[in-house]
Amino acid sequence: MIPAKFDYVRPSSVEEAVSALQQAGEDAKILAGGQSLLPVLRLRMAAPSTVIDLGGIPELKRIGEDDQYVMVGAMATHHEVMRNDLIKQHVELISQATETVADPQVRHRGTLGGALAHADPAGDLGAAALALDAEFVILGSGGTRLVPAAEFFQDYFTTAIGEGEILTMIRFPKYTGWKTHYEKFNRVAQAWSMVAVAVALKVDGGSISEARIGLTNMGNVPIRATGVERALVGQAAGPDVAKAAAEHATEGTSAPSDADAAADYREHLAKVLTGRAVLAAAG
Amino acid sequence: MTTTAEPTTEIGRARVRKEDQRLITGRSRYTDSITPSGTVHIAVVRSTIARATINSIDKSEAEKAPGVFGVYTAADLGAEEVGLPCAWPITPDQKAPQRPVLANGRVNFSGEGVAVVVARSAAAARDAVELVDVDYEPLDPVLDMEAAAQDGAELVHPDLGSNVSATWVFDSAAAGTGGDVSEAIKAAEADDDQIVVRRRFRQQRLIPAFMEPRSCVVDPTGEQLTIWAATQVPHILRTMTTVTLGVPESKLRVIAPDVGGGFGGKIGVLPEEMLCVLLAQKLGKPVKWTETRSECMLTAHHGRDQIQDLVMAVRKDGTITGFDVHLYADMGAYLGLVGPGVPILGAFMFNAIYKMPALRFTCSNVFTNKTLTDAYRGAGRPEATFAIERMMDEVAVELGRDPVELREQNWIKHDEFPYDTVVGLTYDTGNYEQATQRAMELFDYAGLRREQEERRRSGDPVQLGIGISTFTEMCGLAPSRVLGSLDYGAGGWEAANVRMLATGKVEVTTGASAHGQGHETAFSQIVADKLGVGFDDVEILHGDTQVAPKGLDTYGSRSLVVGGIAIVNAAEKVIEKAKKIAAHLLEASEDDIEFANGQFTVRGTDKGKAIQEIAFAAFMAHDYPEGMEPSLDSDAVFDPENFSFPHGTHLCAMEVDTDTGRVNLRRYVCVDDIGNVINPLIVEGQVHGGLAQGIAQALFEEANYDESGTLVNATFVDYTLPSAADLPSFTTETVSTPSTTNPLGVKGVGEAGTIASTPAIVNGVLDAVRHLGVTEIEMPTTSQRVWRALQVAKGHQAQQTPSDTHSPGAGLGSIDPNNPKGEVQ
Repeated sequence: MIPAKFDYVRPSSVEEAVSALQQAGEDAKILAGGQSLLPVLRLRMAAPSTVIDLGGIPELKRIGEDDQYVMVGAMATHHEVMRNDLIKQHVELISQATETVADPQVRHRGTLGGALAHADPAGDLGAAALALDAEFVILGSGGTRLVPAAEFFQDYFTTAIGEGEILTMIRFPKYTGWKTHYEKFNRVAQAWSMVAVAVALKVDGGSISEARIGLTNMGNVPIRATGVERALVGQAAGPDVAKAAAEHATEGTSAPSDADAAADYREHLAKVLTGRAVLAAAG
Repeated sequence: MTTTAEPTTEIGRARVRKEDQRLITGRSRYTDSITPSGTVHIAVVRSTIARATINSIDKSEAEKAPGVFGVYTAADLGAEEVGLPCAWPITPDQKAPQRPVLANGRVNFSGEGVAVVVARSAAAARDAVELVDVDYEPLDPVLDMEAAAQDGAELVHPDLGSNVSATWVFDSAAAGTGGDVSEAIKAAEADDDQIVVRRRFRQQRLIPAFMEPRSCVVDPTGEQLTIWAATQVPHILRTMTTVTLGVPESKLRVIAPDVGGGFGGKIGVLPEEMLCVLLAQKLGKPVKWTETRSECMLTAHHGRDQIQDLVMAVRKDGTITGFDVHLYADMGAYLGLVGPGVPILGAFMFNAIYKMPALRFTCSNVFTNKTLTDAYRGAGRPEATFAIERMMDEVAVELGRDPVELREQNWIKHDEFPYDTVVGLTYDTGNYEQATQRAMELFDYAGLRREQEERRRSGDPVQLGIGISTFTEMCGLAPSRVLGSLDYGAGGWEAANVRMLATGKVEVTTGASAHGQGHETAFSQIVADKLGVGFDDVEILHGDTQVAPKGLDTYGSRSLVVGGIAIVNAAEKVIEKAKKIAAHLLEASEDDIEFANGQFTVRGTDKGKAIQEIAFAAFMAHDYPEGMEPSLDSDAVFDPENFSFPHGTHLCAMEVDTDTGRVNLRRYVCVDDIGNVINPLIVEGQVHGGLAQGIAQALFEEANYDESGTLVNATFVDYTLPSAADLPSFTTETVSTPSTTNPLGVKGVGEAGTIASTPAIVNGVLDAVRHLGVTEIEMPTTSQRVWRALQVAKGHQAQQTPSDTHSPGAGLGSIDPNNPKGEVQ
């Protein structure tokens, strides 16, 4: 289908992008990889006055590290994230979740920052970012601010990115040596998650010393399964422990109902998948 | 597939398709690639409501939009009386509402055209569509076919007096082909040695999902009006354009360039095609229409959608004594070109491969406020096969019998062919024992049954299911006299022309119209063998009424079985003519001329001439026999005397995760008897694609309407098609008992995989969980449905919370209930 008419801007620096965004006003949309925006434009579910394409800003694609963090530019593609050794080594959960996103074509175009800023509750990266306490670097005319993941996701398709602001980078604390797994359940292999569970465990001397668990598509936003985390800490990961802990998976969730899965089925899946994810992570 | 030595003949060689390079590299020409200079573009304003009267249509804003030439309603075009054709009145009193090119004052399904915008570009037309303001008075939609069929139901078409378009009955007692079903059932009910099994199955509504959306270009600037269309049926489209709009057939040229799939979904005559003709005539300019994917899913005809009520009487020893079939078939809002006949094509297949003394088939075609239904891969026969093959499993369960053994007890044995069936068809050949035995070997049936038993005993959360389906189908549509007896509005013959060019190359025209089948390759192989020329020396021309003027196109596994035979017959005529010239040039009696491998030789001598030399001689015409035309070119029209009856046995094994309801296919084996094989590679491709489509019906696909009559999954995000990643590696083999109804011994393969795989999968899913108390799961057997059935079987409350799907998806994983249009932040 053919999108409605829009103006197109392709800035070559983040500063230019921010000023273009401010000039264009509230009807502007940011184009990252376009894997969600383009279908929406083509179906005419959105008709922005201006599309600002971030594809011409090399610095937004950089992936780097310091002592504490791995820093990923918002425009790094899923494919680049999946293949990146720093991410594999220090935040493997992100690699694992990214591997399950759509298909190779989409992963070559779609970006980490675009997916997170789109904030689709069925998207796979929000739960992993939340579980890992990622931090979001947001640039506006007043400069840069840092938003923790727990405050970033606000509602369906709604994040802490304000009007006139751009997500430039996501930084992940290093979880080197942690045991991780992303367990996804979907209708067909290349589809959005019906439910998914992101798990990162720190295991010391056979027992879990720290657990970080995020749920995909169990509410309007990614949800941290704190009840499960608490139930796991201090335990040795085994089938009984995983199963008992997983019973807490639905605490604080508000699962959606749609044609694929009613809320009760999603709740059931959340428990089953959490148990499986914990066991798979503990390996 | 079995690996065998490459044959020395072209027939039987696994040739890579000649079409593939242009199709795979995207260098092909589809209808949308064709834009004659001066082309204007149209876009259709479509109803967003399933049933409404139209109070007013305000076109003024749209007419003022940039690049817009005009906005038209049916009245503006003088087309209020134009009705799209239905070619299959299944009963003399069939109720057939007029299907308008654009709504006349009321709309009857969501997506129906209301007005059309003509503009300089497709984008301008699309923009202007949004500016047309239609004021609707919504009416309660009629959505449930069973309720709609009852007396007193709200009527889709009040002037027709009923939602039942027609009720078609076949009764073997009345036809004299078998006994009386009512008596068989009554007898069974009174007999302790018999049982009566009653079941209701639902064939959900499917979307054909061909790859290339529909498109049409009409150029009125020549002496003939030229129509390019993404259609399976260029010849039928030409005749029907004459019937619908009165343009003389001789003034129409229809071209189907490369067409990207159809599966039956492109056999219609479309309102948009007729609009393009009307507008091209009105404006004197070429007019183009190409639909969007969403329009395609919403308005291209759907498939299946039946409720099947089945009653089978069986002796306790396993012998079937009678089968009573009652169907409701949802036609949607209007009748498609052959839509009413689709369930009737199934009527003759409910007895399948089995001996049945009595069968009755009753089908009520019902109108609802939904997109119309028509042919979809298999057209009536998958529905019938599902019913009988699910019933065979149900009877096996009731009697505690192995499902394979019960089938064998009832099927027609190989030494009983030809066999006259209870519905009056004569099956010429078949060997169900052979196909089944080979499938069982490849599958390791006994080993998998042992594993299943072990998993059941240990209470494994992952249970194993084994699914079985046999099938046969009537292919090669169709003997014209049979179609006449069914009141079908055309014959079933096919035409061909074979011509030898001066340089010895061969051009063949066929009335079959390929849209992905590989005709150019398979037909070249046949002609190469028949004429003894090289494969690369044969060109197959098709899909243009100026090139191949006569034909009945491609559907119903007919291209090879009917069209291929027409080519063989035309080639035989070429050889007969060439033989006369050869005899003349070789100064021999025609009786002494032999023809083999492209050489005409005089028996008992070393004198001879190649067919290419004869072709050149005919072209030069310096020296040829008296009383003969200097030409080898020949036409043939083949009208089959019987259908062909491919068959096969399909076996599948799947793991069913009882914790989540997920079905994971593990093994799929099919052994199909499709008679002689022209190209094993094409056969394998057809079977693989067919299996994927049939499995998709069992596990994934369903067109869902909400209570307001909106199709809620009209994008590929929401309408679940599987990819290769969701399917196992298939084991496919063929065995052959050649058909005796045609000289190639071929039977047809296009629909086979789709027909057998759906019941095989559902039988397997049920087999995995039946011991846990599950007796039925409706298609598609999604994870949620399997899980829910297990909960009910366990006695748990498994009330489904109402789904709150708010709108078709938008390339989004989720739809925000507070923001149903999916506006992104």
